[in-house]
Amino acid sequence: MKYLHLLWANLRRKKTRTILTVLSIFVAFVLFSLLVAVEHAMDMGVSVAGEDRLVVRHKVSLIQLLPESYESQIEQVEGVADATYATWFGGIYQDPRNYFAQFPVDPDEYLAMYPEFLLSEEERAAWRETRTGAVVGRGLAEKYGWKLGDKVPIQATIWVQEDGSRTWTFDVVGIYDGAEQGTDDTQFLFRYDYFDEARGMAKGEIGWYMIRVEDPERAAAVAAAVDARFANSAAETDTSTEKAFVQGFAKQVGNIGKMMAAVLGAVFFTILLVAGNTMAQAVRERTEELGVLKAMGFTSRQVLGLVVGESCLISVLGGGLGLALGWALVTLGGDPTGGALPIFFMPAPQVALGAALVVLLGLLAGALPALQAMRLRVADALRRG
Amino acid sequence: MSTLVRAAGVSKDFKRGAETIHVLESLDLEVRQGEFLALMGPSGSGKSTLLNLVGGLDRPTRGVVEVGGTRIDDLPDRKLAAWRARHVGFVFQFYNLLPVLTAARNVELPLLLTPLDKKARRRQVATALEVVRLTDRAQHYPRQLSGGEQQRAGIARAIASDPSLILADEPTGDLDRKSGDEVLAILHTLASDHGKTIIMVTHDPLAAERADRTLHLEKGRLVEQEVAA
Repeated sequence: MKYLHLLWANLRRKKTRTILTVLSIFVAFVLFSLLVAVEHAMDMGVSVAGEDRLVVRHKVSLIQLLPESYESQIEQVEGVADATYATWFGGIYQDPRNYFAQFPVDPDEYLAMYPEFLLSEEERAAWRETRTGAVVGRGLAEKYGWKLGDKVPIQATIWVQEDGSRTWTFDVVGIYDGAEQGTDDTQFLFRYDYFDEARGMAKGEIGWYMIRVEDPERAAAVAAAVDARFANSAAETDTSTEKAFVQGFAKQVGNIGKMMAAVLGAVFFTILLVAGNTMAQAVRERTEELGVLKAMGFTSRQVLGLVVGESCLISVLGGGLGLALGWALVTLGGDPTGGALPIFFMPAPQVALGAALVVLLGLLAGALPALQAMRLRVADALRRG
Repeated sequence: MSTLVRAAGVSKDFKRGAETIHVLESLDLEVRQGEFLALMGPSGSGKSTLLNLVGGLDRPTRGVVEVGGTRIDDLPDRKLAAWRARHVGFVFQFYNLLPVLTAARNVELPLLLTPLDKKARRRQVATALEVVRLTDRAQHYPRQLSGGEQQRAGIARAIASDPSLILADEPTGDLDRKSGDEVLAILHTLASDHGKTIIMVTHDPLAAERADRTLHLEKGRLVEQEVAA
């Protein structure tokens, strides 16, 4: 701590250079914060997806439907504790830009399958009693200012009603909260029986099944058993863990993780060069001063520590501010796409990773110049001055 | 008075490509505690090299260097640095103050290597600045000080940790006569009143006159000795 004023004073030596370097690190870490939030959002909750849940979809493609009658057969498969279903509705609320997921579901089964969706008993009862009832996530309700009792019209893009109408009107009877920060609270859920009765096509068919297995260790065996049960049928199935299902969904737009890693890798490599060059210049300009410090009795290790400390200070200043602003943008600004990224926040492990990268950047950028400074012979340094 | 610095059979060679340059050759030197010694000689005669060897900044190719009974020529680097921090203060021709620190902060630098707390360090800095009569300029940066003031700050830094040996490499070489005289007066006082042993390299015969004894070096050998009247 007693050397802090010395490190700080050295940073003020070439103010413009320091500010530019700090700014470049700052921008890199703002970018880092945004990209990790986007990557996490693109996983669409993979990290919170239950390990004990499997998803059964049509073997050909996700858009092919499965018979509703499969549910009872799936529940008979050994190792299956519970099963329910959902279907992609794909409607529009007021404007095509208002994007959020809507699923017709069996209320009790769905809420039992997803205990992370917290809904009061009164609202559950209201949902059971109201055929046109819809339960929406807290985030979605806040976004559109919905409250209990509101009527919400959704324009169908796929599911036209029997009477040819495209407008489905729902009554908001419940608002659920997420049990964790990463729980998706932007879903719009409504009753399957109402949906199935009113839709003009594909009655008795659903989009996919969700299964809770009794023993997650046996998930693979259960998945195989489910697929075997429907082998050679008109609608063969493909069962995977919910995590794999969600990842597969995200990968429809490419391997987000790899793309993010490539972008961030390039950014950090460039920043490492910028910061490293700054420190190398600083050490070159201060050869004589470092010689004086050594003459006074500073050991080579202490000189190394001073240079690395200065490098880390620059990195902490730029990176710390960048992470803070990035976090604020993500947390306070929310989803920048207006609904396409329902889970948009910086998870704690990514914040910790950012902090670790800040320190790592400081250490790496200062390493070479610090070694040069450490190896400096006092008499040579003073002579060079 | 006892001997503080003893160099026996000291030689220093430098390599320049295939050529070996003999800067110092079999030099013997003894400096007493509290003595103010001037080293004179033409450029390249080995004055600064000798100063570096005595101050533990460099090692002799051959011979022995002892300061205060400690043989320093074979101390490992880390111990040598610690020894310098405790026993030697350096004064440079161009002051070599850190431009980003105030005079007081510059003087504090060697004290950062001691276990003193902040309060004690401040007290020590104040004392050192008082000795060189620079108290009123303590919070000024080097660029705000005259050459003479900068050198006085340099001397304050050299004595801040209360070393027994002060090595000054042409301390008046960049100063006008008046400022130079002030600096020499301070060095003289440090030796006479505070018992510091001072070895000063100088080209200036008038500066050397202020010393108790003057040694002349030529081509790496001591050739003449003058003792002040």
